[in-house]
Amino acid sequence: MDTQWETYEVFHQSKRGDPHEHVGSVHAPDPQMALQLARDQFARRMKCVSLWVVRTRDITATDYQDESFFAQVVDKGYRDPKAFEAPDKLEHS
Amino acid sequence: MIQKTDKERLADFEARIGNGEKIEPGDWMPEQYRKNLIRMIGQHAHSEIVGQLPEGKWIPYAPGFRRKLTLIAKVQDEAGHGQLLYRAAETLGKSREEMIDELLAGKAKYANVFNYPTPTWADVGIIGWLVDTSAVINQTMLAQSSYGPYARAMKRICYEESFHIKQGYDAVAVLAKGTPGQRQMVQDAINRWWYPTLMMSGPPDKLSEHTSLAMKWRIKTKSNEQVRQEFVDHIVPQIRALGLDVPDKECQFDETSGHYKYTQPDWEELKRVINGDGPCNKERLDIRRKAHEEGRWVREALAAKSISKSTGKVLA
Repeated sequence: MDTQWETYEVFHQSKRGDPHEHVGSVHAPDPQMALQLARDQFARRMKCVSLWVVRTRDITATDYQDESFFAQVVDKGYRDPKAFEAPDKLEHS
Repeated sequence: MIQKTDKERLADFEARIGNGEKIEPGDWMPEQYRKNLIRMIGQHAHSEIVGQLPEGKWIPYAPGFRRKLTLIAKVQDEAGHGQLLYRAAETLGKSREEMIDELLAGKAKYANVFNYPTPTWADVGIIGWLVDTSAVINQTMLAQSSYGPYARAMKRICYEESFHIKQGYDAVAVLAKGTPGQRQMVQDAINRWWYPTLMMSGPPDKLSEHTSLAMKWRIKTKSNEQVRQEFVDHIVPQIRALGLDVPDKECQFDETSGHYKYTQPDWEELKRVINGDGPCNKERLDIRRKAHEEGRWVREALAAKSISKSTGKVLA
């Protein structure tokens, strides 16, 4: 019997202090194997100091179709620096 | 949310593609787009998996330790590319297991080139150089594909393929500058691979049933003919610069068009090879089946381990 293993999303960090970036996913029977397979797949060439794997089914995501989720009900221009006028750096006088 | 009609959705979808936006897995897409992509990405994945075999068999005989390590790395890349592509195809709703079963059952198509034999070491160099150059031209185009997961997989793959081309060129260049016997061996390999490599870009546009839809929805951004011409224009001067010949008397630079002319390959041969009747189709699938069976205990052991014990370091 071959049952398809579940998938794990892979996050790759190139250097300490950088964000972990999503690079793809792997099939694996458990998280530890997922790390091994992610290393072979995504850290074979790219420099890597840390990998995260997360079970795909544990991720809850928004739906691209549901644009209203991000719609802003009222004008929130006041949050934008462009909404305000302030002088640039003034020359010493 | 107001429900849109399919016609409105199609209009939105086409507008997004027109704007150069990527389509992502959860997005609405026409059934034909989904089917076309599953077919294309699946075939592409199978090609990477089967593509390990013609060169893989040379690993024990590679001349020298450095070439052996290089070849192992290249073959490992092909396996990795296959897995990346199966994952991209899976985002469209077909499982990897299903695709692998189709390949092993001989029901899936894959690139014609991997069904030709590799009788000499020169064939290995020529595959890396010619076949992978053709593949990179195609894949650089696919990195612009409208389907996000496919385009992203292609970017990674192209980076690794450029190593494949360079190591292939390096192996060929050494032979081309070698003894008369070595030069003859590499010329024979070019003669064997020239037409199969030309076929690899696919049938001429008028014979290709999928091209127009794939281009309309920007799954592909260039036709088979464009990709093939780009390959010919790129590779012919390089072959000649090494003092080797292109096995086609018609292959001359045409000042008017700015492109090299070339003789069309035998499209009936392409059809036969793609449909399972090439020189090595049976040998390739037999080896895949054997490897799949012999690896079964590993898969089962890992599955049993994951049931008995949950491991993995907990992240802080």
